[in-house]
Amino acid sequence: MIEVKELRRSFGPVTAVDGISFQADKGEVLGLLGPNGAGKTTAMRMLACFITPDSGTASVEGFDILQNPVEVRCRLGYLAENSPAYGEMTVGGFLNFVCDARGINGTKRKQALDRIVPMCSINSVYHQTIDTLSKGYKRRVGLAQALIHDPEVLILDEPTDGLDPNQKHDVRLLINQMGKDKCIIISTHILEEVEAICSRTIIISEGRILADSTPSELKEKYQCSLDEVFRKITRKKSN
Amino acid sequence: MQSFWAVFKRELKSYFTTPLAYVFLVIFLFFSGYLAFKQGFFEARQADLRVFFMNLPLLYVFMVPSTAMRLWAEERKTGSIELLFTLPITITQAVLGKFFAAWIFLGIALALTFPMVITVYYLGNPDTGLIIAGYLGSWLTAGGFLAIGCFFSTISKNQVISFVLSVVACAVLVFAGMPTTLNYLSSFLPAGLVSTIESMSIRQHFESIQKGVLEFKDIAFFVVLIIGWISASTIVLDERKAA
Repeated sequence: MIEVKELRRSFGPVTAVDGISFQADKGEVLGLLGPNGAGKTTAMRMLACFITPDSGTASVEGFDILQNPVEVRCRLGYLAENSPAYGEMTVGGFLNFVCDARGINGTKRKQALDRIVPMCSINSVYHQTIDTLSKGYKRRVGLAQALIHDPEVLILDEPTDGLDPNQKHDVRLLINQMGKDKCIIISTHILEEVEAICSRTIIISEGRILADSTPSELKEKYQCSLDEVFRKITRKKSN
Repeated sequence: MQSFWAVFKRELKSYFTTPLAYVFLVIFLFFSGYLAFKQGFFEARQADLRVFFMNLPLLYVFMVPSTAMRLWAEERKTGSIELLFTLPITITQAVLGKFFAAWIFLGIALALTFPMVITVYYLGNPDTGLIIAGYLGSWLTAGGFLAIGCFFSTISKNQVISFVLSVVACAVLVFAGMPTTLNYLSSFLPAGLVSTIESMSIRQHFESIQKGVLEFKDIAFFVVLIIGWISASTIVLDERKAA
């Protein structure tokens, strides 16, 4: 469903993503793991067609990110790093705007809203202005926005960032449920999260892929906890 | 088309959910009326809106950039641009949606000056065609300035910078057509160049529409102005949206 080929992007002298390639299929929850500044967000932004790669390409459900960016975005649910939204709008107004933009109208819209609002537990803040929400609620509104068209492919940049332990648990449960019949890529630097939800993990550092395996395989190979595996792999590179 | 309407609707609504629209409307209506009365609206003893329309371009030099500055600068500052451009919306649709929402908003502001129209109809027998032409010219001028403001809003995250730059750009277009400027320029520039500068200024085309003569060249001037700056915004935004 997602195919990434030699994706490369630099900002001035800094190479953020340095030729990464991987594939992800339906039923997979792929965790992009890496230290800060490893290129996770840049890679995800390129997949969501927000920034264009310097070279290389990728495709989502067969649509190329360079040739058919609008088709890709139609099929993709994307939650950006700080869950950006229009602060002056109410949650309801904002979700209706997203429906407008995605062409979800009439009864379909009502169904979508009825499904998504309880799913992300934002019923209580539905009529509240987004600016007045706490970080956790903002994140959930962002998640609702990404899921509203029930996409086959989901890209979530640190989906549990800023949530309290209960909410984290709920979101992980949600991702686990959806992971069965969708293709999900999440980025994180919380290792317990990887063990809890990811069926496969890619460790990247300084824009390159250092490991592509399942969490349990990694643990077996290095004979230690995922924590230590992460340290070993990413430190080895910088030394 | 559906994406264009989504952006347009959201944008137009957002003017009225924030105090922005109300502050803008009050200030605009106050000054448009004040300037007209101060410059002898009654003293002229003529039932027309010439004095009223005459002042609008100058007022727009400050008022339109204040509407336009937030269009993209705010979007980039808050990061909502990342949301906008990961929805199935193209840059052209988004730029046009925002531009037309702001233009319609300026049209609403202009329409709210209707008490001036009622006044002249109450006092005498004004030429309706002239009033319509006056409003059309003013709205086109607002659109031209808005396109300029839209462009300067794309080049910086900082609203103040985009405001100042677009005020300067709009002022140049207005003052290039002033008789004093043209007299000064003709003291050292060849006549051909001076008349080129004159015909590139807003003032000449605005006044010619004010006279009630709808000429192709005047309408074309505004259309080209708008299309040019809007296309420039699209190109800049494509390059720098993530920067």
